[in-house]
Formats: sequence, C-alpha cells, structure tokens
Amino acid sequence: MENFLKHKGLVAPLDRADVDTDAIIPKQFLKSVEKTGFGKYLFDTWRYLDRGEPGMDCTDRPINRDFVLNIERYRDATILLTRGNFGCGSSREHAPWALIEYGFHALIAPSFADIFYNNCFKNGLLPITLDDDVIEKLFHEVEEMPGYKLTIDLEKQIVHSPASSIIEFDIELSRRQALMEGIDEIGMTLKYRKIIKKYEVARQLEAPWLYPELS
Amino acid sequence: MTMAGQTLYDKLWETHVVHSNVDGTSLIYIDRHLLHEVTSPQAFSGLRLSKHDVWRRSSNLAVPDHNVPTTDGDENATDPFSALQIEKLDENCSDFGITKFGLNDPRQGIVHVMGPEQGATLPGMTVVCGDSHTSTHGAFGTLAFGIGTSEVEHVLATQCLIQKKMKNMQIRVDGELDPAVTPKDLILYIIGKITTSGGRGHAIEFGGEAIRVLSMEGRMTICNMAIEAGARAALMAVDQATIDYLQGRPFAPTRGMWEKAVHSWRKLKSDENAYFDTIHHFDAASIEPQVTWGTSPEMVVPVGSSVPDPADESDITKRAGMERALDYMGLKPGTPISEINPDKVFIGSCTNSRIEDLMAAAEIVRGRKVADSIKQAMVVPGSGLVKQEAESRGLDKVFTEAGFEWRNSGCSMCLGMNADRLEPKERCASTSNRNFEGRQGHLGRTHLVSPVMAAAAAVAGKFIDVRKWNYH
Ligand code: SF4
Repeated sequence: MENFLKHKGLVAPLDRADVDTDAIIPKQFLKSVEKTGFGKYLFDTWRYLDRGEPGMDCTDRPINRDFVLNIERYRDATILLTRGNFGCGSSREHAPWALIEYGFHALIAPSFADIFYNNCFKNGLLPITLDDDVIEKLFHEVEEMPGYKLTIDLEKQIVHSPASSIIEFDIELSRRQALMEGIDEIGMTLKYRKIIKKYEVARQLEAPWLYPELS
Repeated sequence: MTMAGQTLYDKLWETHVVHSNVDGTSLIYIDRHLLHEVTSPQAFSGLRLSKHDVWRRSSNLAVPDHNVPTTDGDENATDPFSALQIEKLDENCSDFGITKFGLNDPRQGIVHVMGPEQGATLPGMTVVCGDSHTSTHGAFGTLAFGIGTSEVEHVLATQCLIQKKMKNMQIRVDGELDPAVTPKDLILYIIGKITTSGGRGHAIEFGGEAIRVLSMEGRMTICNMAIEAGARAALMAVDQATIDYLQGRPFAPTRGMWEKAVHSWRKLKSDENAYFDTIHHFDAASIEPQVTWGTSPEMVVPVGSSVPDPADESDITKRAGMERALDYMGLKPGTPISEINPDKVFIGSCTNSRIEDLMAAAEIVRGRKVADSIKQAMVVPGSGLVKQEAESRGLDKVFTEAGFEWRNSGCSMCLGMNADRLEPKERCASTSNRNFEGRQGHLGRTHLVSPVMAAAAAVAGKFIDVRKWNYH
C-alpha cells in the first residue's frame, strides 16, 4: 500500500446516487483468490456492452461509449466525483481493490456506505466526504472545464480546485495517519497482546460459556 | 437530573472494549468469527505472508455457501474458479485448525442461516463475518456486523477489531401485522420510508409489539435487511423466544452453564430511559404486502399500487435514478404492480430460506400449480438441516408437485455466483434482499417480495395480493 500524502489528478464525474458494490465490481469477478486483477473489470456492466466473465481479455470488448470512464476527457481520471451512499450493499473489499487498480487515488461524495468507507482506508484509497452543495458545485465545474484537476492535501485536509478555491474536509486522525504512514494495523494491535489476553481472562470469568474450549 | 440509561448496543459495546484509543476508536473483542469461501482466501494469504497464526481457533467457524452448486450430480458442478475458492477454504481451515462444514455435510448452508441454527450465535456476543448480511445475527441480542477482507485477517490474527462506536437508532413498530403480511414486508416497508442510507452510521434496535410477537426466523429476516437500510448492525432485545430457540443447539451452552448464561442474557435489552440519537415509529396494522419495482430496495410500493412516476420526484438525482431504474426494469410509470409478470421465481437466500419461510410458501402452493408462463420456480433451503426438516414435513413434495424445483442449500440465485441465475431481461419474483442491477444475473430484473408473495406470484403468473387468498 502506497502512502498517501498529496495527490493531484483528473476528476471523473459519476453522476449517480447509491452506487452499490455489485456495480463497482460484479460478483462473477469475486471468484478470484487474489487481491489483484480486478481493475479491468471495474464497473464492468456499465463500461462494456457484453457480459464480462473472469479471466476475460478486455482489450477487444465492445465498450459503452456513454459511460463516463469511457469518455476521452475522463479516461485518465484518478479522482472519482460521485453522489451519496457510494459503496452500499455487499461488504466485498474487491470494490476498493478494483478502484485502486484502475487508477483511482481518491473518491469524493456527499456520503459513503459504512463498510465500504472502512475498506477504503485499509487499502490506501481516500474517500472524502463533502457537503451536498459543494459536491454540486464540483460537478458543475468538472462539466464546464475539460482537463479539470483537483489537488488533495491530506495532511492539511484540503482540496484545491482550479479556481484556486480551497475546500476543507474532515477525517479522523487515526485514519489520516494510517493513510499517510501506511500503518500495519495487525502489527499495531498485536502490541496490545497482553491487554487482549487480560480481557479474555476477565471475560471468561463473567461469561465462561463463550470459552467452551477452556471448560 | 438522572443519567440516561444504556441501550442494548451501548451494553454490548461496553462489554467488548479491550482498549480505548485517544482518537475515539476502540479495540473491540470478537467472540465469534464466521467465514465463507469468497471473502476469506486473501485474508489467509495475508496471514501466511506475515507469519501470523490464528489467535483463537475455536471462535472461528467456516462454511462454503456463495459458490456452491445447488443440484446433485455434475451438470451444475462448480466452475473452476468457484471450485478453487471452495478448495482454498478447505485447505485454509485444515492448515489453521478451523472447524468447517463441508459441501456434503448436512450442517452446510448459508452462513447466516447456519450460525444461529448451530447455536454458534449467542446473545451478548460480538459476531463478525466478511459479509454485509451479518446484521442478521443481531436478532439474538448480539452485536453483529459485516467486515471487509482486511478485517477478516485482523480478526483471525488478533481476535479484535478497531472500531468507532456507532450512533443508536430505535425503530419501534407498534400494532399487529395482518397474518399474510410478513416480516419481509415490514422491513421492505421500513426501508422504503427511511431509505437505503437512513441507517448509515447507526446500530438499529428494532422493538415494539409487532417485533416482540415474531419468531426468531422472522426477527432474523428483519435484522438481515438492516444493511439495506444502510445500518451495519441491527439489534433486538433478548426474550423467552430467543432463549427457547437456542436451547439444545449444538454450540449452545450445556453442563450446568445454560442457566448461568440465560440469567445473564435476560439483561440484554435497552434500559427504559436509554438515549437514542434517532427514533422512528411505525404502525404495523397499516402495512400491506410489498413489492420492489426498481433497482434499490427503497424502491418499493404496496402490491395494490402502481409503479411510481419519476415526474413526481422533485430531487433531480433521485429522479434520474428512478428513470434509470425503470428503464433497466423495463417498466412504465403507472403500471399496476398486479400487471407485472415474472418469468422466474426464487425462494431462498439468507433473508427468507428458513423453515418458517418454506412452510408459509408451501401453504400457498399446496394443491396448486406453477403458472405456465413461469419458466422456472425454485426453492433453495438455507441449510442442509432446513432441507431435512422441510422434507420430514413433506414440503418438498408440495413444492415439486406444484412444479417448483427443490434444490440443495446455498446462496444460489440471490447473487448468481453459481449456475443459478437470471438471463438478460428475465424478471424474477425473489425472496432475496437486493434488487441491484445485475445482482441475480447480467441484466436480470429482480422484484423483492416475501415468501408467500413469491409463491403466489408463481401460481398466478403475476404479482397478486396474497391477503386475498385463503390464508391460514
Ligand atoms: S444468501 Fe445472498 S445475501 Fe445472503 S449471504 Fe448469500 S449471497 Fe449474501
């Protein structure tokens, strides 16, 4: 996982609310036992006209020219601007894996579904939540200006738009640090090994039926 | 001034905090970890790579369900990709010493049906699984929620998760449901009202008269779909029904421990003066059987009404979403729901594949035939044990004589990862939980309904108000 500090990138506007993780990466691609290989199937049903199957070579597939990521000016987008409740539905972490492998570094929306939001941080993808009216304005600006790029400064928690307006965003401290420093969460938790063991001993006295292997 | 009491969620949270961090997150202990073949292989690879062992083997329980074939014999046998995932689950469980119910074990089933059925889900526990419908287990007074694959690895290695406490929401349903109106209709109705993002950031506790009279099966149906209302976790207070359901189940406490456990479980309810950040009230008596018309579970109407008109929606993004949904579903605004004809009928999924669901659907089907216009009608029991019980009650005969296919357990056409799926533009009356684009098959069209509504649609060849049929 790459550390996230600053990112400047082209913005693609996906103007739909409630984009679910089935749409982000359809179920047939979940049959992989790897964490990679999902980028070319990102938004598969919307991006291509035929039905995608795992292992398929995507270079010759008929593409849906109307889909935003297939429109020339948005092709190299690394920031996805979208609507509310993005990432709802299934808990599949394949969704952020696919978005990252496709090339996205950040997502901007009025809200994200809880499990998806969490999954983004585990993989170095930054979901930025902004107010509805700010999102509306950004959609407008992207539409108006070909080559529209945003610069995200995670440390300062700001987004610079080309009109050099500065938009602040909120993010929990621990999440920000995890992205910036690429923390090994399991390693961090294992530092509390003794405290976890202590908890187990105390809990076992209170609720021994939860520890049948010890009785 | 008296202090506000605690909600059930507050209590469960508090008993599982191992350590609190300064930034408001906490290390939470996980009592039960359920695993399946789709979201676990990368987690086990991670463990191997970092040379971590499993923290507490006995807390883990695994079962393949998403990819498994639901017919005997080879014709529907798993494709090579699915076969590899199932094989990996076998290998990972045996390498790390984790109990697993394999394909030919009668205990195999959809993870959220299997867990409670085995008594592996107990009140007062924290239960997680790499699957969003883990909210199902909250019906037992359990803090249960879905996690991603990184978190699966984290739980395997540490028995803990780093979490931030959610807000509390109460949904109280008073009054009485019509006998033909099911918990599925109730939860669809609620999602229609509070929307698919209404529960975001909250743990939803369901309560009130209409909930208290429900069986555990019905309660699970409701908690199951809390995720469709945007809530990671659903909760219900423990009562006698919870305790009766669990007694004698294989993983439930025994040897003199049962009484002690029950004594402690009885305290698992919100205090009278508990504080909820958000409260919704609904009246059960006014609820009709529900049918979804669109591509999100909130796009739902009573069976007696018509497909809504986007022109009546003032929010532009919503209106565009409705137009797209109608186009995808091949429906026109104003079409009466009763004039919609499904091609296929699917009774199954972790929402509605338990014995009570199958019994209710069988009563509708008994002595009747599936309409000629229906290409395929199938019943997929939630587990091998549900299947056995249904067969011992003769339900398999009722279904097959009517023209339904009687399958083996698994997720099946709920998400179509195995061979059971819709073809493009096929319309399905489905008891599952998601009507997303392509969910049941590429370009497939899903209408979410209750098991009795699905059964009636199979017989009538269209959606009908099941309350008009003889119903007992
Ligand atoms: S039945 Fe459907 S919703 Fe339930 S676990 Fe399986 S795929 Fe997920």
